[in-house]
Amino acid sequence: MKRREFLTVPVKGLGGVLIYSLAGEAIRVQAQDGVVRVPLRFFNEAEARTVQAACARIFPADDSGPGATEANVIVYIDHQLAGPWGADKHRYTKGPWVESMPEHGYQGKENPREIYRAGVAKLGGDFASLALAAQDERLRAIEKTLFFQLLRTHTIEGMFSDPLHGGNAGLIGWQLIGYPGPLMSYRDEIDKYHGMPFEAKPRSLEQVVGRKVVGWEDEKE
Amino acid sequence: MQRLKPVDVVIVGGGFTGLLMAKEITARTSRSVVVLERGPARTNGQYSAGMDELDYAVRLRMMQNLADETLTHRHSAKASAVPVRQYGSFQPGTGTGGAGEHWGALSYRFGPDVFRLESDLREKHPGSKILENVTAQDWGVTYDELELNYYRAERMMGVSGKAGNLRGQKVEGGNVFEGPRSQEFPLPPHKTSYVADRFRTTARDSGYHPYPVPSATLSQTYKNPDGITRAGCQYCGYCTRFGCMIGAKAQPTNLLLPLVEHKKTFALRAGCQVRRVLHRDGMAEGVTYTDSAGNEFEQPARVVILSSWTLNNVRLLLLSKLGEPYDPATAKGTLGRNLTHQVSGNVRFFLNEYLNTFMGAGGLGFAIDDFDGNNAFDPAAGLLRGGQLRMQASGEGPLAAFGHIPPGETKAVWGSEWKKAALKWHDKSSQISFEGGHFPYRQNYMDLDPTYTDKFGDPLIRLTLDWTDHERAQTDMAIRVGSEIARRMGAKVGASRGVGARYSVTYYQSTHIQGGTIMGASPERSVVNPCSQHWKTPNLWITGGSTFPQSASGNPTLTMLAMTYRAADAMIDRYFKHPGALA
Repeated sequence: MKRREFLTVPVKGLGGVLIYSLAGEAIRVQAQDGVVRVPLRFFNEAEARTVQAACARIFPADDSGPGATEANVIVYIDHQLAGPWGADKHRYTKGPWVESMPEHGYQGKENPREIYRAGVAKLGGDFASLALAAQDERLRAIEKTLFFQLLRTHTIEGMFSDPLHGGNAGLIGWQLIGYPGPLMSYRDEIDKYHGMPFEAKPRSLEQVVGRKVVGWEDEKE
Repeated sequence: MQRLKPVDVVIVGGGFTGLLMAKEITARTSRSVVVLERGPARTNGQYSAGMDELDYAVRLRMMQNLADETLTHRHSAKASAVPVRQYGSFQPGTGTGGAGEHWGALSYRFGPDVFRLESDLREKHPGSKILENVTAQDWGVTYDELELNYYRAERMMGVSGKAGNLRGQKVEGGNVFEGPRSQEFPLPPHKTSYVADRFRTTARDSGYHPYPVPSATLSQTYKNPDGITRAGCQYCGYCTRFGCMIGAKAQPTNLLLPLVEHKKTFALRAGCQVRRVLHRDGMAEGVTYTDSAGNEFEQPARVVILSSWTLNNVRLLLLSKLGEPYDPATAKGTLGRNLTHQVSGNVRFFLNEYLNTFMGAGGLGFAIDDFDGNNAFDPAAGLLRGGQLRMQASGEGPLAAFGHIPPGETKAVWGSEWKKAALKWHDKSSQISFEGGHFPYRQNYMDLDPTYTDKFGDPLIRLTLDWTDHERAQTDMAIRVGSEIARRMGAKVGASRGVGARYSVTYYQSTHIQGGTIMGASPERSVVNPCSQHWKTPNLWITGGSTFPQSASGNPTLTMLAMTYRAADAMIDRYFKHPGALA
């Protein structure tokens, strides 16, 4: 049996939530000295560190607010890759495989899991321990690759998708951009809030509907 | 293969038009109807926790699973096609209600000229070079003949809007370019969002004629003639690619399914993919299908109705060898011809104010038709027909909204500088969009792919489709006019998109793929007659976008429903009494 891999993440983002391992058993996250150990579903710990560090360069914590590490973007990506999307369960994967023009989109055989495994290996096992400028240099070198484009897209998704998917911990992302969450009604607001911000404390989908919501990546096939 | 008990009517596809046919037949006759739906069973109640942008708008969980079946595309008959491996330019639905569950609910009538486009073009542009390969056709039914069925469909859904042409009288504030309406809309227009209102006033002050987009999401509580009551829209913004949480949006599961599901003469079998239409000596005999467990069935029926999405209606007939496949070299054959999409583009703009673009509804917005149809064409610039410009507030989630930055602000696309610029401009950006009618051309068509197959091993449908200079002229015009309006709104204009040098399957344009089993006045150039009945197989009927000989600038659902009402009347009032060819 595969050894269970964990990643240490800051506790600020994970207020006592239950994390589900790939096998489906619930593990209550325990806070210790401001950090928690999160069970990984797809990455091993070293890979997760590399991806976490790369996401933090794409969407860094800085004087404009928290970033990818604080929002647990790594947990989001780990869950997506472990789920059906990571295995191309919804993409046409019959051959023959041929190269075509950009207007025909990605025609490659590799699924997101394989693209990540290869991309992370290319960033190097020492990536997370490099100085930030050296990390940026390595990322610039792969900027045009499909792996980097996925990583950038997933970083944004992990920042701003509903926390039921593992990222946007503590609604950090939505607080950053003033998104109130999936509220049920703006009937009294839509014709009043003209040119001014609608400032509401963000709420997640589960908070809005008052029950557990299961993401596609967590559903049994 | 198990042979089932014969039924009176078998309907392929449990979407809007299939369920409307089922509802009309079971309400007005005692005939038995079986609907075969390839996707999952859905009910209206399951959308209450569906407001998740990632799963529904990014991962597209309500759409057809492309791992099971997709399509292939090539730009010309000289090229070989490749499969569309992940979603892009359009998004076919699946499951009960089909794409009618996750549509934006924009409910346009097509202009009178669209129904007689071939005649109209010949009268206005005799001998035009642009029209050399254009295969536009008259439908064999006019706007005036369809008008009451348009109104029937509008009352069924509770369309919200404002008439601009009431019995020939132009009405200010409505769309003054539309065809004459016999009645005002069932409901008044939606509330207005900030950007939509800015667009409206700017367009009006520029001398154009803005009107509220007609929307099948209710502006207030409404009871339709079938006795279905739905609540008014709350502007939560989760419409397009979502099922409506409260049922304010017109969906087959809230308008039609409740009327038929309890009937003894009705059955809907979900997870059942129809594989062939059985036919002999010019008559359909039923269909074969495979259920979700892999069991194969033969369902004999006295009448077969194809009501699945455009590509699947065409593919089923090709796979069943029912009809003469179109050959672009000789322009002979009717099955697969006149493939059209829609001509789309947009202009992004930036205002230094908060727009709250997450509030909205699929059909909330204002549009102008001043550059549509015949209103502002410029043959000298290579343009015979234009399209609509719209400012929609359809509800933008944070993933769609994040990262729009005005030109010149930063070159970075990641890192701290990019993050700060994206945060600074967040929710201060929107876009003016364009939709224009797409001419059918001799060279754009559908047939079966010789190489790629679906999960059963059946050939995929192949689209041979590319843009011409006319479509580029349409979007060039749209970008020019759209940018002017945005600047007059006080906005900074950002990136714009037209159709580009070649057709691309990589970005979303619209799910309005049309043609392939088109309607017309003669069996030499069309597959169905103006009643939606197959010309050569009188007990085979076809509904939906595959019957449209050309696309219009407006969204097609309302016209599909009006045509379906017309088909139901013809079948029930005439065909059932005297079976045979109606036209």
